[in-house]
Amino acid sequence: MARRVSPARIAVATVAAWIVGFVIFFPILWMILASFKTELEAFAIPPSFLFFHWTIENYETVQGRSDYIHHALNSLVVAGGSTLIAMLIAIPAAWSMAFAPSKRTKDTLLWMLSTKMMPPVGVLVPIYLIYRTFSLLDTLGGLILVLCLGNLPIVIWMLFTYFKEIPKDILEAARMDGATVRRELIYVLTPMAVPGIASTLLLNFILAWNEAFWTLNLSSSDAAPLTVFIASYSSPEGLFWAKLSAASTMAIAPILVLGWFSQRQLVRGLTFGAVK
Amino acid sequence: MTAETRALGRLLLSPAVGLLFVWMIVPLAMTIYFSTLRYNLLNPGMEQFIGLENYIYFLSDPAFLASLQNTLVLVGSVLLITVVLGTLIALLLDQVVIGRSIVRLMVIAPFFVMPTVSALVWKNLLMHPVSGLLSYIATSLGLTPIDWFADMPLLAIILIVAWQWLPFATLILLTALQSLDEEQREAAEMDGAGAFSTFFYVTLPHLARPITVVILIETIFLLTVFAEIFVTTGGGPGLATTNIAFLIYAQALIQYDVGSASAGGMVAVVIANIVAFFLVRIVGRNLEA
Repeated sequence: MARRVSPARIAVATVAAWIVGFVIFFPILWMILASFKTELEAFAIPPSFLFFHWTIENYETVQGRSDYIHHALNSLVVAGGSTLIAMLIAIPAAWSMAFAPSKRTKDTLLWMLSTKMMPPVGVLVPIYLIYRTFSLLDTLGGLILVLCLGNLPIVIWMLFTYFKEIPKDILEAARMDGATVRRELIYVLTPMAVPGIASTLLLNFILAWNEAFWTLNLSSSDAAPLTVFIASYSSPEGLFWAKLSAASTMAIAPILVLGWFSQRQLVRGLTFGAVK
Repeated sequence: MTAETRALGRLLLSPAVGLLFVWMIVPLAMTIYFSTLRYNLLNPGMEQFIGLENYIYFLSDPAFLASLQNTLVLVGSVLLITVVLGTLIALLLDQVVIGRSIVRLMVIAPFFVMPTVSALVWKNLLMHPVSGLLSYIATSLGLTPIDWFADMPLLAIILIVAWQWLPFATLILLTALQSLDEEQREAAEMDGAGAFSTFFYVTLPHLARPITVVILIETIFLLTVFAEIFVTTGGGPGLATTNIAFLIYAQALIQYDVGSASAGGMVAVVIANIVAFFLVRIVGRNLEA
């Protein structure tokens, strides 16, 4: 039964909500606007909000520098690669804990969660030294490895919470009908698991794309993803605001779109199923 | 369940368990080992066992106390801002609002912005003492603009990080609010409870657990805020914005003092574990339900 709400209350709540939303979103909007200004206008006082000379020059400059494409590709390879490998390891594990649980399953899950609690900085020294010894510093493989292991607990947990919701009766019914394990996997389980797998993939890709501890510490140029590329704009004061904005807009745009699709899963994934 | 299924289950689980075990144990064991050595990468081959000296050195270093204080202030302030504002915004978005889904998109957007981008956009476009938008607004209102990163650098970092985490708190609390039984609230209102008592006696108790989860999870991530400091202040001026994570980074990869940085790393692990202990218990209780 819906509440009856007075039009005045709707009006007040709507205006307030839109103001709050606008204020929170404003830094991103301001950055997008700056990316279409000239460097002089981006730095100008008083700033112009909409009535400036719109230009796509910054995007051309940033994209023209071959290194932007290079770093964007690195981001794609590192985030995509670490996500796919994590999924390959996590799907069997989550399947096993959801459908063939043992007495130790709960402890195993909590232990996996606790590995995520380890602050990365606590193991920065050994990881850095291991990477240096095995020449993994500033390599795509090295970044994929560390991000894959770092996110593995979240991936397993998310998949587990999804798999656990698949009704077991369906499996039993299929078994009664004489379905083999293989047929059961292909025709019964997979269609029900696909949405959960897709959301897990999406959220983990976002987390890996934005990861900025290991990428900043373990890569500098060859394997550097966009997080590190953007960080390189930190040194010169005020000279490249428009280009920084253009590069940043391109770096966050794809993730913003993916993120908006995955808001529900975000809650579930990041709270380890504690809030749904 | 057949023995066959069980065996298959173990087989499928073992790669994940094995990898996570190695990922956790090997670096941690190395950190403990290094923390007992005098070991500087600039003097290779001079490693020497010194027992707990690194810990004494790290814990008695004034930089440690300063960075511990900065860490606590940073974590505490961001938690306070995100939980209070997050609750208020979630309550607002739980009302009947025209275009709510668009507002929600705008509110959660900052969470998807990579840390290096948010830090640099805030530092330059918004907080720059001359050309930043905030200084322009302050000047237009007849106020003195703040030179954020010179005069109150830690507050600047707090604002940036709070902006990044506010969507997370809002989204979780909103999700929790939407699961609050509508009839429960209506019953309270029919019993003559006003908006405030409904909030304090019905809504807030319902939010207690999600708020705890927000606090614990944010704490885990906020204890190791790094990129925002790395690209804006580099820990300065002086030690004004050095937190524990940044201090350890500086000792390891700027001063190459492996021994001391490892001792610091262990201190960070212990602090995080105290928080993790409570989080794991709450999540574990949920697992049984």
